[in-house]
Order: sequence, then C-alpha cells, then structure tokens
Amino acid sequence: MGITSEEIVRIAEQIKLELTENEIKEFAEHLQVMLQYTEKIRSAVTENVSPAAYLSSEKNVFQEDKPRPCLPREAALAHAPEVEDGMFRVPSVIE
Amino acid sequence: MSKYETVIGLEVHVELATKTKIFCSCPTEFGKAPNTNICPVCLGLPGTLPVLNKKAVEYAIKAALALNCSIGSYTKFDRKNYFYPDLPKAYQISQFDRPLASGGYLEIEAEGKKKRIGINRVHMEEDAGKLVHAESGAYSLADYNRAGVPLIEIVSEPDISSPAEAKAYLEKLRSIMLYAGVSDVKMEEGSLRCDANISLRPAGSSKLGTKVEIKNMNSFKAVQSALEYEVRRQAAELDAGGEIIQETRRWDENSGKTYSMRSKEEAEDYRYFPDPDLLPLQIEKEWVEEIRQSLPEMPDSRRKRYMEDYNLSAYDAEVITATKSMADFFEATLQEYNDAKAVANWLMGDISRQLNAEGVEIDRTKLTPSHLAELLKLQDKGTISGKIAKTVFREMFASGKMPAQIVEEKGLVQISDEGAIAAIVEQVIAENPGPVSDYRSGKEKALGYLVGQVMKLSKGKANPQLANKLLREKLK
Amino acid sequence: MLEQLTVAAALEKLANREISARELTEAVLTRIDDVDKSVRAYITVTGERALQAAEKIDEKRAKGENTGPLAGVPVALKDNICTGGVLTSCASKMLANFIPPYDATVALLLQEAGAILVGKTNLDEFAMGSSTESSAFFTSRNPWDLTRVPGGSSGGSAAAVAADETLFSLGTDTGGSIRQPAAFCGIVGLKPTYGRVSRFGVVALASSLDHVGPLTKDVRDCALIMNVIAGHDKNDSTSAELAAPDYTSFLGREIKGLRIGVPVEYFNADIEDGVKKAVRKAIDVFVSLGAEAEEISLPHTQYALPAFYILAAAEASSNLARYDGVQYGLHMAAANLDDFYKKNRSEGFGSEVKRRIIFGTYILSSGNYDHYYLKAMKVRTLVKEDFERAFAGYDLILTPAAPTTAFKAGSVEDRLQMYFNDSCTVAANLAGLPAISLPCGFADGLPVGLQLIGKPFAEGTVLQAAYAYEQNSGLPKSKPAVKEAGGALHE
Repeated sequence: MGITSEEIVRIAEQIKLELTENEIKEFAEHLQVMLQYTEKIRSAVTENVSPAAYLSSEKNVFQEDKPRPCLPREAALAHAPEVEDGMFRVPSVIE
Repeated sequence: MSKYETVIGLEVHVELATKTKIFCSCPTEFGKAPNTNICPVCLGLPGTLPVLNKKAVEYAIKAALALNCSIGSYTKFDRKNYFYPDLPKAYQISQFDRPLASGGYLEIEAEGKKKRIGINRVHMEEDAGKLVHAESGAYSLADYNRAGVPLIEIVSEPDISSPAEAKAYLEKLRSIMLYAGVSDVKMEEGSLRCDANISLRPAGSSKLGTKVEIKNMNSFKAVQSALEYEVRRQAAELDAGGEIIQETRRWDENSGKTYSMRSKEEAEDYRYFPDPDLLPLQIEKEWVEEIRQSLPEMPDSRRKRYMEDYNLSAYDAEVITATKSMADFFEATLQEYNDAKAVANWLMGDISRQLNAEGVEIDRTKLTPSHLAELLKLQDKGTISGKIAKTVFREMFASGKMPAQIVEEKGLVQISDEGAIAAIVEQVIAENPGPVSDYRSGKEKALGYLVGQVMKLSKGKANPQLANKLLREKLK
Repeated sequence: MLEQLTVAAALEKLANREISARELTEAVLTRIDDVDKSVRAYITVTGERALQAAEKIDEKRAKGENTGPLAGVPVALKDNICTGGVLTSCASKMLANFIPPYDATVALLLQEAGAILVGKTNLDEFAMGSSTESSAFFTSRNPWDLTRVPGGSSGGSAAAVAADETLFSLGTDTGGSIRQPAAFCGIVGLKPTYGRVSRFGVVALASSLDHVGPLTKDVRDCALIMNVIAGHDKNDSTSAELAAPDYTSFLGREIKGLRIGVPVEYFNADIEDGVKKAVRKAIDVFVSLGAEAEEISLPHTQYALPAFYILAAAEASSNLARYDGVQYGLHMAAANLDDFYKKNRSEGFGSEVKRRIIFGTYILSSGNYDHYYLKAMKVRTLVKEDFERAFAGYDLILTPAAPTTAFKAGSVEDRLQMYFNDSCTVAANLAGLPAISLPCGFADGLPVGLQLIGKPFAEGTVLQAAYAYEQNSGLPKSKPAVKEAGGALHE
C-alpha cells in the first residue's frame, strides 16, 4: 500500500489546504511513515476494552441558564480583517 | 391511483427557548444588532471551551418526551467538522451515535385519515450564525448572534406518504413544541427549520427508491409545495425511464422549482468524533420523570377531553387545541363562565379573526379569560345586545379595559324600556312609508329592515326583541 | 543579581521590603535585554506593562494592602496562553497579529495573585514539536549550549527560566512539552493531573491530552505556583471539582517507606546511556532516603507513542480548523470562498502543522475511524490500566524525562526520530497523571531530567518526593553560562 498524491490532495481539500507539488510529495511520504508506524497498535489486544474518550470520570457538568454580559462588539471586531455594518466580511457564499 | 408511492422523511430543527446559548452565557434574544449577543466562547476564539446549559438539556428532554421518545441514559456530544463562514469553530457541536432520545412518534390527521408518524431520533446541537449577502453578490457578512443558540434536531421515520401529510406533521410538531413550552417555533424567525428527504417507488413495492434531500423551505406551505413539485419531477423522470440521482436540491420559492446543489459523491465527510471538551451525560431516570411530570397535557388528549366533557364538535376541539395558549384560554374562561359552546364560538370567531389580523398569539394580547367571561355574562343578562358585544370586544381587545367599564363609560347599556323604544319605533314608521307599506302588503322581510332602522337610531342599544315586538304591534 | 532568585526567595525579600517589585522586574527585564538576543526565549516582552504592574504592587504594599501570594514576582507565559490585550501568537504566522480580548484562567489567577507578566515565550508552532524549531518566528536556544535546542514545545518557557530571564513560567504539555524542555534546560517542570489546572484560554492542540503547568527553578517554587493555578474552573467542563491542597505542606516530609516503581520499558536501547546512568544514580538517592525502588513492567508502553500520535493529530485537525481568517488572523485576498480558506490556511500554517492535521484528517475519515481512532482510544484504556495496576502497589513511578539530552539545532531531520522525544512522557498524558521532570545531573555537560509520575491528583506526593531528592541529591547548584560560541559570557 501507499498514499497517492491524489489522496493527499483529497484530504487537503477537506481541511482547506492548497499544497505545492513538493508538499504533496513530502506529506504523502510522511503520512505513509506515520501509518506504518502507528500500525503497531494493531497488535495490542483490545477485545472487551472500552475506548477512553474521556479522562475525567465526572459527568453532567452544567452551567445555569443565566445571561452574562457579552463581549462589546468593538472588541469582537477589533482584529477582524474586514468588517462591514458590524459584521465580518467574507467572500460570497453564493456561487 | 398513482403508479408511485411517495416516501418522505423530515428533519426538523427547533430552537429551544432558553435564556442563554447552549455552551455560553450570551442571551439568545432574536433581532438584536449584528454581533452584539456574542462572547469569546460562541465566537470560537482560540482557547475557549464550552460548558453545557442545563436548561437546554431539560428542554430537549421535555420535547423528546412530548414526542413519545425514550431518553438515552448515556448521551454525549460529537464534533461535526466542516468549513462555512457561519460556523466559527469550523465544527458544529452536535450528537452523532448517542443521541439524547429515540424511538418516538406523533399522530397526524391528513386527507381525512389518522396516522402515526415515527420519530427516529431527537438530538441536541448548537445553531450556526447568520450570513447576510451583499446585493452586489460580491461578498457575504457574518453575524454570530445566533451561533450557539440551542437546537434540537427531530428526525422522522420515512413514514410520511404525501406532501399534505408532511404539512400536517409539521403543524402537529409545532403545536406539540408550543404545548411543551420549549420553543416559540416561528418559521419566519428561523426557530423552526425543515429539510426533507423524498423518494418514490412503484406502488406496492417494499424497496425504497433513491432519495433526494430538499433544503431551503421557509414555510409549511413551502414544504408542501416543494414536495409536490418533487413528486411530479421524480415521477416524470421515472416515467421517462430515467433514474433518480441521490443529491441535495434547493427549493426556490420564486420559480416554484427545486435545483440541484450537490450530488452524493460530493457529499462531505464530517469526520465525527466525541468532543473532548465536553463530558458525557448520564441522564438519571428521576430527572426524566421530574420533567415528564412538568409536561402539560398534550393537544391530542385535550381535544378528546373537550369533545367528551364539553360536547364540542371534532372541528371545534381541533381549532381550540391547535395552540396551547388558545386551549389554556378556553379552559380558564370556563372557570368563570360555564357555557363551553359560547366560549368556543367567540374564540373561533371574532377573537381568532382579530388574532390573525394582528398576527399574535392570544397570550400576547391584553385580552384575558375574565374579559371574555364578563362579556358573555353581560350578554346573557341582557345588559348588552350581541351587536353591542362585538363593539365592546373590539374596545376591550384594544385597551384591555373590562367590558362592564366600557359599557358604562360609553353608555352602551341596552334599552329595554318599552316607552323609549316605542318613541323610536314611531319615528321609524313615520320616516319609512315604503317599507311600512311593503310589510303591510305581506312582505315579511321588510320588518327586518325596520328593526335595523330602530337599532341604528338607538345606536345599537335598543333591545332587538323588544323593537321587533313593538313594530309588529304598531303595524298590525 | 535579583533575577537569579527563586520565587520563594524573592517573596521573602519582597515581604521584608528588602527589594521592591519594581527592582525585581527591572532586574529581569535587564537580564532579558542582555541575553535574549542569544537565548531567544521571548516572542513578546511586555516591559512597560510589567513595570506599571510592579509599581502598583509596590504602592499597594506600601499602603499595607493585601497584595496576593505572588505579588511582584515576574512570570513568563508560553505564547499559546491567552493574555487580554497582549499578542498571543502560538508561534504561528496564522496568529501573528492575534490579540485576545480575554485572559486565560491561569493568566487571570496569576494576575490576581500579583505575579507580573514580563512576556510571552516561544514554542513550536501551535505546540507541535519538541525543539521550538517549528516556531514560525525563530528557534529558541538552550542556555547550557546555545547551539542546542531547549526542547519543546515549551522551549521558550524553559529557556527563559534556565537563563534567569524570568523567575518562573507556565508551559503546556500535550505529550511532554513541559517535562522534556525542563529536562533539556536543567529546571523543574510539572504536568499536573488532567483537570487539576484549567485549560480555559489555553489554545488547544489536543483537548483530551493538553495540560498546563509551571516551569520553575526548584521544587518549592513549583509547589508555590501550583497553589495559585490549581483548582476548579467553571469555564472548563473537564476541570475537576476537587479542592486543591496546600502543595508546600508536602515539602520536607520524609519519604521513608515510599514505594517507587521503575518500569523496565523506560530503560531500553532507545534511551541514551548518559541519561540512564544519571537516572539510576538518582534511584540510589531515593533508596538512601528510605524509599523502596523496584523494577516493574508497564506492558503497553510500546503502544503509548503511536496511540498518542493518532489521538493528538485527530484532535488537532479539528481544533485548528477554526483558523480561517474570518474573524482574526491571516487574511489573504481571494477570488472566492474556497480560495479564501485555502490561501489563509496554506499561507498561515507551517509544514509541521500541515503534516499533522493531514494525518489527523486521514485518521478521522469515515472508513478509517475504527481502525485508527477507536483502536487508539482502546489502547489508551490499556495504558491507563497499566498505571492503575502499578499504583495498586506503588506510590510513584520513576523514569527518565526524555530519552536524550538536548540535541543540536537542525540535527534531527527525521520526523519520526523527532517524535521519539516524547517516548518517556506521552503515557502520563494518555492517562492524565501528574508527572514532574526535575534535574538529576549531567551527561556530557548537558542536563538530564528525571520523571516522577503519581496517582491522579497526587501532585502532593510527587512534589514531596521531588523535594526530598532535590535536597539530598548532592548535585552542584550550577547555572548555565549562556555563552555564544567564541563570544562573550552573558553574566
């Protein structure tokens, strides 16, 4: 098996990365190495072992439904690259 | 009989009416200036973490119970990863393989038939922000006030077999949510949103056809129209020997058509995984029972009771129970006035007309059950006529003043003094020789006109029965 | 030489009015001025702000007002800890202009305790690395040998403490990022139990593995800082609702009878001989103090590193998705939305970040999830259970803190080789256990670190044993020369 350039490009597309030819080649190799290396865990016996998705044994952590002051809009927009009418400007989402 | 059977499943998003967002303490108020109900958490700023709003879970459980679902004892949150400018973290906190609730149903009545529609699951998630599109089409603007408002997604089983049933399902769902008091379910404000899955199959076949997902339907009417269009489109495609493509289509209200957005091949892989920032929920039975106890009586049960206890017709009971506020008003009025039919007539007549005209729910008006009960009593006692009652109603609806006070202030007390009415009757006879001779020559209808003239001269205050009686006597 | 003081010594002098907060802060700022061009620990130095804060503390103290347990003590924070109004870059081009409108809980706690923020320290980009070489800005240097790296990812935080450019610092540790640089730089670094110190406001790398903790000159300082930063935070759902003890109360307690497990898996061929030798000598010190040290086995150790890389990459791929240039950060001109995302993200992230999030995305893709992610979570359970079994019979587990001493900058080209830096430390992250790295001598003139791993929330025991060792190790109290090759000494 091997990771093809197409696969790298498809993955990169999912996380919005545009890669150079060199990067595609390098990352394909790296991914291959990582997959080979991590394949090691296959030999761990995990029948009847439950996955540890959480470290804490606590459950049901809540906060009450009480409003607290918001961030002033100026602060939220202060470092925004492009602002208009109090909103963040982005390229059109309509094709 | 059509060649095809229609199979529809609906995915409905309902915004929960909590005061604050699901993972932070920003208010959820609708209609605030853009980006004013925001904080580092709902903006997804680097380093921020979510903490779950307990009320949101309570409302979600309440909604699920009202839909006859069973509540999972263990539930958790997962990240749904995708990029869109309305999604500040580039993932939505949702629930994937361990939804809050599953296995429910609701009952609808459409095209004269009663039917049970299964609810596959109810899960919690956070809403996204809102995008405003520049008129030029060159760019979009992001407002994150709505980002993080708690939602439940209600996924039906594919039990719906016509666009009319789909509409009935939504109306019923809306009514149940209002009864449960978990959402204001306003489609125009986006607090209820609906996507549909629809497929056709040859009549009698048990195999499902290829499904198409329809988005962007902004009213119940639009859902029905879009589905009707889609039934026609798919049937025509199949008739022509074509195949249905599994895809997502967008309803366009203006053209009344659906348009392809993306095919299954382009469908996103959301890479769900458990959100490590939120701990799982262990939902105790006691909590669920406590919430179940707090649920009000649901519309189906109330409708049945109104028909049995108050002898309302099926139609009347249906209309009165359509919203919880109306049904509550009905019952509260009956505490003070015991003629259910009369109360129902007012609610379905003048009151509904006025509510529709103003586009409000009855509990958002100045009208109280005491107003209506007092008005009906005044009418029963003969203090005011039915005609005057309508005048008093308009006034009390607008001002909130009690009917007795309005009658007194405006001098609307019915004239039942024979002498006073007789004088008006004399005047009417003198001024209307034509109708008088018509009546005398046997045209009974002319009497109605003359009574009307008496009412007009008395500014509606004359007791109409008395006026009628006196006219007959004088014209004998 | 006020900058050379420990936190404890400085607090005493401040309390006695022997020195003022301003004098102490000035001394540290002067030191930064003198040596940071060589050490390159700081991304941002907040000199003006620090002096103003110090003066306020002095005024308060003069009036006899309550000034807080760390009043006037300079601190440096790793540049992935949000500081309101102060650049928090994560050593990434992506956030090269990100000024948070809010403070991380730990930053706020330190501020309330009266600590003086003197600057933000360098790290590997988004904490992905073991050397600071993946910082988008520059590589920090090891004060003991400027041609070598200080370790990472909290390399700037460790180097700053070792070079007396601050009295203490905070770092973050996802796979060893506090303990390995502490070892490389010859200082103390503690990764607390998961949930002991709030993560709120600390830019996430891998949420289930990220920890925040102190880097200090000695064990007592470590306890003093933990007293301020440990505790429940309602803004972090994973924060433990458990009161934190006074950690200094554990210092000076005897360790006679303390049972220490020494896992054989941590003394294999991948560990440098010099490191093994120093650590074995340290074990002798513990034994001489009455502790019982025994060889044990943690049989799933070999799976810890690959499982860690799977989980960390997967979580990171999601955590770093939010950097898209809409609200803040790098923002390139683009023709359309897709182009906009791609330009910002491709230009904003460095190679190591891209490598890892591509790997993480692959892991989480439908079809791969069970094979990699689910399996890794199960392995995580096995690793946790290894420790649970060991802690049934032992109070502490002792290992090297890193497989090597500090390596030359640019010398590790193989990525996998770089990842092996975490081989001694990741297991404690997978299991969420408290673990300290403390100096245990030198190998070829470079500091070696010893790791003590404790039971959940047993930071006290970890500190108790570390302190006993530190007081009795007989190691010389040496400081790095901070010497450029052929150049002048910075002393």
